[in-house]
Amino acid sequence: MTDVLVAVALLLVAAAATAAVVNRDPARQAFVLSFLGLSLALLFTYVQAPDVALSQLAVGSALTPLMILLTVRKVTRGSAGGPARTAGPGRRPDRGTARDRRPRRGERR
Amino acid sequence: MTRRGRLRLFLLAALVLAAGYAVACLDLPPFGGDRHPYGDRAVHAALARRTANAVASVNFDQRAMDTLGEETILFAAVLGAVVLLRRTAGEARTEPEPARVSAGVRRLGLALLPVALLVGLYVVAHGNVTPGGGFQGGVVVATALHLLYVAADYRALERIRPVSRYELGDAAGEFAYTMTGVCTALAGPAFLANVLPLGTFRALASAGTVVLLNAAVGMEVACGVVVLLATFLDQAVEIADAPGGPRSADGAPEEEPT
Repeated sequence: MTDVLVAVALLLVAAAATAAVVNRDPARQAFVLSFLGLSLALLFTYVQAPDVALSQLAVGSALTPLMILLTVRKVTRGSAGGPARTAGPGRRPDRGTARDRRPRRGERR
Repeated sequence: MTRRGRLRLFLLAALVLAAGYAVACLDLPPFGGDRHPYGDRAVHAALARRTANAVASVNFDQRAMDTLGEETILFAAVLGAVVLLRRTAGEARTEPEPARVSAGVRRLGLALLPVALLVGLYVVAHGNVTPGGGFQGGVVVATALHLLYVAADYRALERIRPVSRYELGDAAGEFAYTMTGVCTALAGPAFLANVLPLGTFRALASAGTVVLLNAAVGMEVACGVVVLLATFLDQAVEIADAPGGPRSADGAPEEEPT
């Protein structure tokens, strides 16, 4: 029974990790990464490592995605004066600049 | 380097890695066997020191020195983030605006905050008895505080989160761990040796120095993660390029556009 659960968790981990790599939008990657953290926590629980599972749950599915989302927000928000900075990896420049030039709440023109 | 060259380099490196990995896997003991020489010895040593959570015994007793290293890595990482993400000369700090939060989200967040905080403190306090410990519980405590950002807004979070005090707490946790080690070295055989009375097996006050070191790590991790998230949140919410691009000479705030 445990072997089946381990196999299922391993498949989930492989699928989530592949999805995180294939996805090109950092904001979506953060959510996929959160799911990856959850499946890794499941895997660690099934192989009787609850301590590691707890760490994984707290860091992998809460802290890391939150920091990525905050970074994405900073990059898209702080680049109103210089659209060149938005052309990072995984961003189509046409879409990125068009969206980033739009003034946001609390931002000075 | 051209695209083709990069691909070639990657394929070559991947091939070498795959071959090495395959050879290494051949020598591994089979998955899920019943012979665990290291595990048996670690559990034996944990029980001898009356530590119910064998992992905590490894972390804070048998391999306490390694944990000091890991704790210092986190401390240095937080310090580096604080230095890198500070407000620079060309940036202005804007006051965060009050945010509108729907009543349901507000109620749920405010109801979950004390629960999450209590769970985190529970996980820290029972580190020597049940799975978890200072690191896991510390992260839960730190993220629980940020439910206030979700439930209310950034100004409410800033009111309960004076960053300088959490910076002090971060340093105090690191200091406490090292000082416990120094005290055990003065009192007993070695740095970070378990010299305190061991107490009753499975009681909250058992396992000697594990309790102290676990609490020190919990303090350091909780405060460190709060400081880390605070620097990221400051950048995402408050700090922006000064109007008209990076310059510091006349960084006086302009009128808000209405």
